Order: sequence, then C-alpha cells, then structure tokens
Amino acid sequence: MDELLRINNLKTHFFTKKGVVPAVDGVSISVPQSSVIGVVGESGCGKSMTAMSIMQLVQKPGRIIDGSIELEGEDLLKYSGDNMRNIRGNKISMIFQEPMTALNPVYTVGRQVTEAIRIHHHDIDKEEAKKMALDIFNAVGIPEPDRRFNSYPHQLSGGLRQRVMIGMAMVCNPRLMIADEPTTALDVTIEAQILFLMKKLQEERGTSILLITHNLGVVAEICDYVYVMYAGKVMEQANTFELFKNTSHQYTEGLMKSIPKITAEKERLYNIKGVVPNLMKLPKGCRFCPRCEKAMPRCFMEEPPLYKVKTVVENAGEHYARCFLCESSEVMNDD
Amino acid sequence: MNTFKFIVKRILIAIPVLIGVMLIIFLMLNVVPGDPVTLMMKEHIKPELIERMRVEMGLNDPVMVRFFNYIKNAARGDFGMSYKLNRNVTDLILNAFPHTVKLTIFAALIAWIIGIPAGIISAVKQNSLVDRFLMSFSLIGVSMPVFWAALMLQYFLAFKWKLLPVSGYATLKHMIMPAIVLGWSSAGTIARLTRSSLLEIMKDDFVRTARAKGLKERAVVVGHALKNAMLPVVTMMAIQVASLLSGAVITESVFGIPGIGRLAVNAIQTRDMPLLQGTVVFTTVLIISGNLIADLLYSVIDPRIRVE
Repeated sequence: MDELLRINNLKTHFFTKKGVVPAVDGVSISVPQSSVIGVVGESGCGKSMTAMSIMQLVQKPGRIIDGSIELEGEDLLKYSGDNMRNIRGNKISMIFQEPMTALNPVYTVGRQVTEAIRIHHHDIDKEEAKKMALDIFNAVGIPEPDRRFNSYPHQLSGGLRQRVMIGMAMVCNPRLMIADEPTTALDVTIEAQILFLMKKLQEERGTSILLITHNLGVVAEICDYVYVMYAGKVMEQANTFELFKNTSHQYTEGLMKSIPKITAEKERLYNIKGVVPNLMKLPKGCRFCPRCEKAMPRCFMEEPPLYKVKTVVENAGEHYARCFLCESSEVMNDD
Repeated sequence: MNTFKFIVKRILIAIPVLIGVMLIIFLMLNVVPGDPVTLMMKEHIKPELIERMRVEMGLNDPVMVRFFNYIKNAARGDFGMSYKLNRNVTDLILNAFPHTVKLTIFAALIAWIIGIPAGIISAVKQNSLVDRFLMSFSLIGVSMPVFWAALMLQYFLAFKWKLLPVSGYATLKHMIMPAIVLGWSSAGTIARLTRSSLLEIMKDDFVRTARAKGLKERAVVVGHALKNAMLPVVTMMAIQVASLLSGAVITESVFGIPGIGRLAVNAIQTRDMPLLQGTVVFTTVLIISGNLIADLLYSVIDPRIRVE
C-alpha cells in the first residue's frame, strides 16, 4: 500500500519552568493511503500531542524539536505558516473529543461548515458553499439538513454535533482525518453510529483516518493497524488482529485485561498497578518497568528498542514490541 | 414578539427596584439635619412664617404620607420644585442632561476606540513589552484619581501650553479634556476586561477547531474568539455609559460643565432635597435601562441566551 503520511522520530517537548517534558519522544508512525490507523494509550501518553504536532498546532511552551512529518513525500515541518494553513482543514483535517465545546457557540453550524469550505476555495461563492454544506450534512446523516443548517450548536445533541464536526472535517475531501477521541464524550449507542459513519466515509472517499483513543474496543471496531503509546513512546505496533491475538508487550497486555468482559466472573476489574511516570523524571531503563509484572533487572538498566515480533496472523504486516521479552535479531530502523 | 415580552417583563421588575431606591433616599434625606424652609428663606425670618411654610409645603405630615405623595407626583413626572433654585426639578434635569450626554458620547468613544483594541493586542501578545505597556497605561487610567488627572491636564494642556480652554462648555474644544479624563479610566477597565476575557476564550476548544480549519490567527481571534469574549465587555460598556450619563460628578465640577453631576453636587451642597432626589431617581432609571440594554445586546451576541 502506498504511504500517505510518514512520521519519523517525532519529538515534541514542552519547555516549562520546572523542566523539559518530553510529551512525544521519538515516535514513528506510518499511515498508508485509505486506511484507519489507531493510536492507543492512557491520558498523558502523548497521543493527542502527536496529533497536534501533525497539525503543527502545538501551543507554547511546547515545540517540535526533532523528526519529520511527511505527507505524500513532502516534509510538513519545513512548511511556512501560510503553506501549513493550506494543509490544515484542506489536506489534513481534525475532529476533537468534545463536540459540545469544539463548535463555536455564537455561529450557526451552517456558517461554520461553509467557512471551512471558503477558507480553502476562494472561488466558491456563498450559495455554492451552502449547497456543498447541505450535501455533506446529508452524507454524515444529519436529518433535515436545511433546518439544521441554521441551527446553533447548543440546539443539537452531542451525536449531531459530532456529525457536524465530521462533516466540517470532510467537506474539503482531506487526504487524512485525525480523530482525537471522537466518541469518548458520546453514549455507547451513538459511539457505534459515529464509528460506522467514519468507516463508511473513509471507504467511500478514500480518506485515511488516524484515530486517537484510549479505548481498545474502538480500535478493534475500525482500525487496520494500531500503535500503542506509553509515556511519549510507541511500545507496540501491529495489525489489529495480530495485536489482539499475539499481544507481546506487557503494557498492551495490561490494557487488554482492563477491558470489562461480560463473561468474566471476577468481581474486580483488572488494573495496571502504579501510575504513569512523571515525564520529567522518567525511570532509567524501560519506561514501563516500574509497573511491569515481568520486569527483569535488565529492564531497569537499559531501554529496549522496538524488536520485530514473529506474527501469528497471516498477512499481518510487521509487528514490533519495545520489550526485552520479545528480543529478536531484528530491530526497527533508526530507533 | 418574545423580545417585546422580555422587555415589558424587565420594566415591570424595575418598578419595585425604583420605588425601593426612592424610599431609601427619601428616608435618608429625612434624617439629614437642616430645615429646608430655613435654607430657602435665609436668616432673620419669623418662626411663625417658617411654621406656615412647613404646613403649606406638607413638611409637617408623617414621613410615609409625604413619601406616598412624592411617588404619586413622580409617576406623573413631577419631582417637585427645587428649594434653592425655585424651579421645576424635571426641567432642571432635562436642561442639564444634554451637556452630560455630549460628554458621555466623547468619553465612551475614547474608551471603546482605545480600550477594545488595546485589550485585544494585549491578549494576543500576552506578556510581551506591548502588553506590559498597555496594561500599565490602563492601570494608570483605572487607579488615577479623576480630579488629579483633570487638574494635571488643565495645568499642562491649558495653563502651560495653552492648547485647550481650562473649563467651560461652549465649544467642542471644551469637551476634549473632560472626555480624556473620563475616557481614560473607562478605557482602562475595558482594556483589562477585554484582555482577560479573550485570554480565557482563547483556551476554548472551538478556537482550536478554528485553527485546525486552516484559519489565519487574526481570523481566529477576531472572527471566532472575540465575539465570545465580548459578553462581559458589553455589560461593562453598558453600565459605564449609564453611569457616565448619570453625571460625572467630579469631572463636571472641575471643568465647569453644567451637567447632571454638577446639578447633584449643587443639590447636596445646598441641601436641596427635591433636586437631589430627582437626580438620584434619574440615575437609577439610567442604570436600570443600561442593564436592560446590556441584556438585550447579550442575546444578540450569544444565541444561547436568546429568550425562547
């Protein structure tokens, strides 16, 4: 499959008064054309910051200090402000967790969607932009688009607002849509609908999706390939089936066990002991070792690279895990 | 139609507020020492004459009776006769009002044209030198006593450099200094409020959405954040205008502008109860209307507050 987006060794650090916080610390992610890629991890693992780095919307005191972000071969980090603005919302769009607050409360949703069109297409007049907005409202399943066009965000339900956000993100037919926890704030029933809608649009329009979530259930639902992040680094990456079948990293294992199961008879839900380390005072060896049940003395001394794991699922592509238990002769390049 | 209902409701709510204010001011002035008749008649008049006047003016009636009479007349627009100036209070206020309006317009224009952009620039360039300069300048405006600022301006602009007339109200030139004095402090408040409100809004999610759409930073600030940030500022602006309209007491006195403020000061100095009551009631009406207008503007800006 052709590659759409390639993130190489991205480092986004925050330079605070108390010290440097390596929120994203050498992350490499590849998004093929027309695919759904998941990034999973706990709060504060750097998954949202990776997304904001792609958009180059990292706010001070954060800064991208190293790495490259290539969209169809062009390094976005070399782009100037104006060039990057032409990418945002046009070639790469983004939707956010809170549909309640992500839309501007003082403008109608119609106006907010037509604005997204007219930023990037100056030749489109108001009437035409309205037609396009109504079309996209139809495509994202908003009932009575004519009436909704003049609604304010507060007049819509959470699910409808997220549909508006998706419509706004898709209206310029971007190559990539980054979805940062798009269903976290929604009811489970609405969650399934929204995921289904995203998958449908992705298939129809050939847009790739980079889905950021803490929920492995969401990943299982629609992702082709998954990156598991912890404390600013990728811990494991694999095809979705492969990841569930052949979980190789202890952190991923912990995440899997923490999913509530209907069949489970245990009373208490499993949880990974300990807390996410303070990024300013990272342990010396493996970032996960203080919480790992299988940690060895070596884990406290040196940091493991991403080792290639032998796949069990056919045609699963490559599977890597940052764990000495998976030690193999092959290590990911430039890691 | 709904807006109309809303306005009517607000006016009806305002009536008890107004009566309450009138009652308080009436009772307060009632306990202030000094007999109005003695004040009117100057010295050396016979006690019998004073007594006769008191009866004629109804001053010997119980407080509550006098209060109800006052309300009854006030409802017809009659606020009585000024003791000292011997003229209808309503006429006096209506004559003074245009001067105050003129001053208010200039002061408010200065406050808005300077205050709002200064607040925006400060917020966008937070913690920069420009921000520090503008915020110091507005802090001076807010904290500098008005009479001192007025005297300084008079000393330098009028006395030393002879650029402007010292006081008076004949021409537009006379309005410049008092408008600067009043406008500066209002501009300071507005700039600081705009800045803090905008900084707060800039953290909101929809600002991030606007950036993610590919909008220029200027369009993000002016097009998306500012309208949301203006809510508290608009309230402040409406209240400021209402309070400016009810008379800048010190400024008008220092610059000799015969507006509402000076009328009130004169009334206090001469214990002219009807005139003082009249100006207080007038001020109350203005403040209530100012708040009403602010609320109406609110709903124009923010659809969530629109009455449904």
